[in-house]
Amino acid sequence: MIKTDAVIVGAGPVGLFAVFELGILGLNSHVIDNLDKAGGQCIELYPDKPIYDIPAVPECTGESLTQNLLRQIKPFKTNFHLSQRVEKLEKDKDHWLVTTSDKVQFKTPNIIIAAGVGSFEPRKPPIKNIERFEKTNLFYAVKDKNKFKDQTVCIFGGGDSALDWTVELSKIAKKIILIHRRDEFRAAQHTVGLARDLEKKGKVEILTCYQPLDFIGDQEIDQILVKHDSGDQKGFKVDSVLAFFGLKMELGPIANWGLDLESKSLKVNTTNFETNEKGIFAIGDICTYPGKLKLILSGFHEGALCAQECFKRARPDEKYVFRFTTSSSDIHKRLGVKK
Amino acid sequence: MPKVTYIEYNGKEHEVEIEKGLSIMEGAVQNGIPGIDADCGGACACATCHVYVKEEWLDKLSEQGESEKDMLDFAFETKSNSRLSCQLMLEDKHDGIIVNLPEKQG
Repeated sequence: MIKTDAVIVGAGPVGLFAVFELGILGLNSHVIDNLDKAGGQCIELYPDKPIYDIPAVPECTGESLTQNLLRQIKPFKTNFHLSQRVEKLEKDKDHWLVTTSDKVQFKTPNIIIAAGVGSFEPRKPPIKNIERFEKTNLFYAVKDKNKFKDQTVCIFGGGDSALDWTVELSKIAKKIILIHRRDEFRAAQHTVGLARDLEKKGKVEILTCYQPLDFIGDQEIDQILVKHDSGDQKGFKVDSVLAFFGLKMELGPIANWGLDLESKSLKVNTTNFETNEKGIFAIGDICTYPGKLKLILSGFHEGALCAQECFKRARPDEKYVFRFTTSSSDIHKRLGVKK
Repeated sequence: MPKVTYIEYNGKEHEVEIEKGLSIMEGAVQNGIPGIDADCGGACACATCHVYVKEEWLDKLSEQGESEKDMLDFAFETKSNSRLSCQLMLEDKHDGIIVNLPEKQG
């Protein structure tokens, strides 16, 4: 069980800046995110797209904003718990007990939910009751590639994941069938070229302008049916299916924590951004209040205000003193500023 | 102002007038029409504003850009008339356009 001053759910820009605001008050924090890296939507959805409304930064990208925020919070040596999401939340007197999907447990007086639109989850092919195959031979990521040795593997998708694994798994699998909905691939052209070469050698079969129609099987997928744009159907036997349709955002378990919701957003007060539960705060796109704007800069402001209340809850016996980063020697020490 | 008809997956129709210059996605969000999530807010980065455009209107719309084609790879059950509504800016010539909404957005 990890004891900490605050658990931050979401490693997007707003969650990262909350680390900073807590840090300069002398509070430590742990950050949980379902992605395998920090940055949230900025990194997953628009790393290269420009952002023009960060105060005093005339232009940046999702990626550069993330990199700068990580640099800004470096002095606080924050612990990130990535590729996992919060599964369970329990009250323990004045504290909260948090358990992640990897069974990491925290005890904390403060939980800051900075989860944007929710956690990123794999998109699934449009097949009824697809969940029944997820425990057997349908995968949305490769954890252990040796599983696919000598198998006939069907890979759906046209991006880097689909093409990279087509090339990689072709080395050990019996056969790879790559299926994509159009005849252009988003993946790096070099990898597409490698896959086309493997197609000529008969190691890989590439079907374009096909979409999944049905997966047939009881507990595991035995056969898949695909449909061409022209209406033609094809079916073949497979040992495993890998579906790379990207990620989507889902509110997930947050919806079941007993917090006041208003159309997928968490209601907060604008004094300290606390929800209806003491010690649970919501900042950034996930919170709502009269006049709310879903801007990164609003999330930064919300983080600064909620950090003040977090301090009072984490240090009930200490007096809170407002200080500027320009002049406070305490803050300079926390930031590791050398005189 | 161009009139747009949104037809939900369950058949429910919403006919609304939308200021020109706005996208079909923005028109749906401003009018609280269910079925268009627009998670990324119109950056053509999430494929959760997917619509099926009634065939006769397809050639009145701007052509698909590369980023829209790429993002449509992620949309749920795409068809030949699939578009991302954040990329469909309304002009006078679109008055009366009809879009069907998919079963779900991703």
